[in-house]
Amino acid sequence: MVTQEKPKEILSSVTIRFCGDSGDGMQLTGTQFTNTSALFGNDISTYPNFPSEIRAPQGTLAGVSGFQIHFSSNNIYTAGDSLDVLVAMNPAAFKTNIADLKQNGILIINEDAFNGGNLKKAGFKEDEDVFAKYADKYRIYKVPVTKLTLAALDGLDMMAKAKERCKNMFALGLTYWIYSRSLDSTIEWLDSKFGKKPDILEANVRALKAGYNYGNTVEIFQSTYEVPKAKIEPGVYRNITGNQAISLGFVAASELSGRPLFLGSYPITPATDILQELSKYKNFGAKTFQAEDEIAGIGSAVGAAFAGQLAITTTSGPGIALKSEFMNLAVITELPLVIADIQRGGPSTGLPTKTEQTDLLQVLYGRNGESPIPVVAAASPSDCFFAAIEACRIALEHMTPVVLLSDTQIAIGSEPWKLPEMETLKPIKVEFSTDAETFAPYKRDEKLARQWAVPGTPGCEHTIGGLEKENITGKVNLSPDVHDEMVKIRAEKVRLVADTLPPSEVFGSQSGDLLFLGWGSTYGVIRTATEELLAAGYKVGQVHLRHINPLPNDLAEIMSKFKYVVLPELNSGQLLMIIRSKFLVDAKGINQINTKPFAVADLVSRAKEFLGDK
Amino acid sequence: MTQVKELTKADFVSEGDVKWCPGCGDYAILSSVQAVLPTLGIPKENFCFISGIGCSSRFPYYMNTYGFHTIHGRAPTVASGVKMANPDLSVWVVTGDGDGLSIGGNHTIHMIRRNMDLKVLLFNNRIYGLTKGQYSPTSEKGKVTKTSLYGSIDNPLNPVAFAIASGATFAARTNAANPKHMQEVLKAAADHKGTAFVEIFQNCNIFNDGAYAKYLDKDTKSEENLFLEKAKPMLFSNDTKGIIMSLDGANPRLAVEEVNPSDNTVSVNGNKFLVHDPDNEDHALAYLVSQLGMTIEGMPTAMGVLRAVRKPTYDEVLYEQEAQAKAERGPGSLKKLIYSSDTWTVSEESLAAGV
Repeated sequence: MVTQEKPKEILSSVTIRFCGDSGDGMQLTGTQFTNTSALFGNDISTYPNFPSEIRAPQGTLAGVSGFQIHFSSNNIYTAGDSLDVLVAMNPAAFKTNIADLKQNGILIINEDAFNGGNLKKAGFKEDEDVFAKYADKYRIYKVPVTKLTLAALDGLDMMAKAKERCKNMFALGLTYWIYSRSLDSTIEWLDSKFGKKPDILEANVRALKAGYNYGNTVEIFQSTYEVPKAKIEPGVYRNITGNQAISLGFVAASELSGRPLFLGSYPITPATDILQELSKYKNFGAKTFQAEDEIAGIGSAVGAAFAGQLAITTTSGPGIALKSEFMNLAVITELPLVIADIQRGGPSTGLPTKTEQTDLLQVLYGRNGESPIPVVAAASPSDCFFAAIEACRIALEHMTPVVLLSDTQIAIGSEPWKLPEMETLKPIKVEFSTDAETFAPYKRDEKLARQWAVPGTPGCEHTIGGLEKENITGKVNLSPDVHDEMVKIRAEKVRLVADTLPPSEVFGSQSGDLLFLGWGSTYGVIRTATEELLAAGYKVGQVHLRHINPLPNDLAEIMSKFKYVVLPELNSGQLLMIIRSKFLVDAKGINQINTKPFAVADLVSRAKEFLGDK
Repeated sequence: MTQVKELTKADFVSEGDVKWCPGCGDYAILSSVQAVLPTLGIPKENFCFISGIGCSSRFPYYMNTYGFHTIHGRAPTVASGVKMANPDLSVWVVTGDGDGLSIGGNHTIHMIRRNMDLKVLLFNNRIYGLTKGQYSPTSEKGKVTKTSLYGSIDNPLNPVAFAIASGATFAARTNAANPKHMQEVLKAAADHKGTAFVEIFQNCNIFNDGAYAKYLDKDTKSEENLFLEKAKPMLFSNDTKGIIMSLDGANPRLAVEEVNPSDNTVSVNGNKFLVHDPDNEDHALAYLVSQLGMTIEGMPTAMGVLRAVRKPTYDEVLYEQEAQAKAERGPGSLKKLIYSSDTWTVSEESLAAGV
């Protein structure tokens, strides 16, 4: 590698977005930059953004795919509000992303793709100088990426089209040079991926190096940048997405409970990864069943729960709608079952690849009859691991279906995860009833969890079902008093989960002006906004709910210590409605449903509307 | 080793009252199942009965076994989950023509095509009984019911043909009013490894009385029933008539021929009567035979085991794959799994060193 001679500036934090046509390999480029930065020691947070069409017509606005990485020498919790660098591989990508680039930010474009045809497809005029009005606002670098890639691959026995496909590696190499990154981990990765196809390997490595060397030799870049390692807690780390972390959490819960894992599922964006991931773990005794539909997915899981397994089904909002009847069957038969809902934009098919927190009321109330189900929410990609274990713990120890909420943003977004010491993971207590003398299907322990005797146990034969039944014996009984009693027992059983929870953590001020109350993927943004407001001298606290049903016992008291209780949610105020009605507090909502995560700056300014200027 | 207790029919009778209408065909089915189970050599605690919704689906409550009364049409999904979780269990699905073929038709197809090792009893009364008399997917065309005042427009489904077309490795038909035949069929189904689909003609004496009268009436029953026996020619009407195969242009067609009274072999006029071969890999003939008397009218209806072919079951292969994965990769280690992928270590020293 040629040594760098250009001056180097030190930065604390950078946000880059790679964007291009959905066939341009932008997700892969972003993932490589992420892994390299993570291995280097930055704190990172990522946010992929892609269309729901696998290959929308080439060059069109609908086909733009993007991958955003925020990397820093500080601890960070979000993928970044706005961009320091935008890499746009074609006019459509430029058009749909340019608004997010900061003043004086770096814009790198593939000059070769800005021709008449592509400009027209993106809605520009064929001869339009699309950069003219940005010349003073941004540092624009027009790089003939396609031409340079083809030149670098000259002599290789490959079709021109295949060569051209390596242009994402050129762009990656160039950004590696700008941010003083090593090429090693990407070369290693290419080697493992294309080791058996030496031509393709050679082409990709050459393109990567060509991009790097271009930055070094060409005069247009005045300096390079360095984002030093983050001062993060010592430990062993890996980069992880939310869907990977949920999968590992389920495997961990299976080990911790001693119950084999059974996943009944049906592919649906953005939950499919979990089914795919768990399919790899047959040697752990994990069974995955790709059912004929969403209903059969949960149905098979209910059957597996009846037979004594750690039963799980995974889906997104439209799938919850289909699973509702089975969720209710699990409620009345009091079987342990985890229903993971990786939320996406709705209603209906809605926005399959975009993020929202709009399923909360659906999972809490979207069933016939009084049907209480505990709800647990994950706050970040790595937190999905712990949220998954917690959902399994509640299901197995309290004999109840549990909903685990995640969403697109954390499901496909990634961050470094400080790996847990295995001893810190607490066992999950499961005890089957095997004594025919003392067994009764609806006899309960102090948590009101019913006895669990599985088929194959001599003397404990019993039938359960969806009809109302009497307590203890479980015999079908539709009489008024029995129903009244059972409705109350089912509600109380869920309420009792709150008694097993540790005290809520309040970040920042423990009392004062404003409490941010949040849940789910908004954690990082709210945390960062809280830090900024604290730094500005406001007395602001943050509670982020792991458990939405039941709510923590200490929540009312915590809320009472703040003048304002503010709930930022990526919906029209779903938790807000619950908090207001349950606690009669005048809580306020900050709401957004435009497919994007909150921006920290927006939360800060909205909070200041309550707090006043300092 | 403990002595396996000799089971009797009484062991399978639950203590609660049976609440079907007096005279319902379901009673005979319940009694036959309770009679067959003790003969199978399976411990009582390993039986599991799973049903959906409908009159038939109350069945698990009347069995002294493990049971699950689930939701409408979805019993195959729950049963599949139970079987995958514990392949040692003998899992029975109890369903009806509405539950299994209308709201749950999709699940029935997929259970069958996977060859999940489940015994499926489909009580076919050709009517919706629990909701008090609407037409079902097996009601005959033109049937007048509370929701088809001008006659049903739907073409009826033939359950056994449906099963065979879905890839059933075992498909049979029997009649609740013929307990001896029913018990033979149930025993054959229980002995089959794989999805064993059994259609049971069952009379609803309240909302569709007499639906199967022609199979029982002493004047017509010998003309209407074709009792299939393995390796025997397909004869009926006290062996005076038989089924032959002919070609109608390019279409294979089944037809009836009289048996030559002087000929006690199986050959008449140069045509050979079809010999029942339930083990045939190819399901084309079984499919044709399943339509006799149903889609192909003016013929007797085939009763008995139409098809019984041994193929790998879903649950068998599932466990084989698991064993293979464990053999190749060793039992899973959670720590290794979590600490896999690219990891990096942040130590006090590396922090102190800065960049």
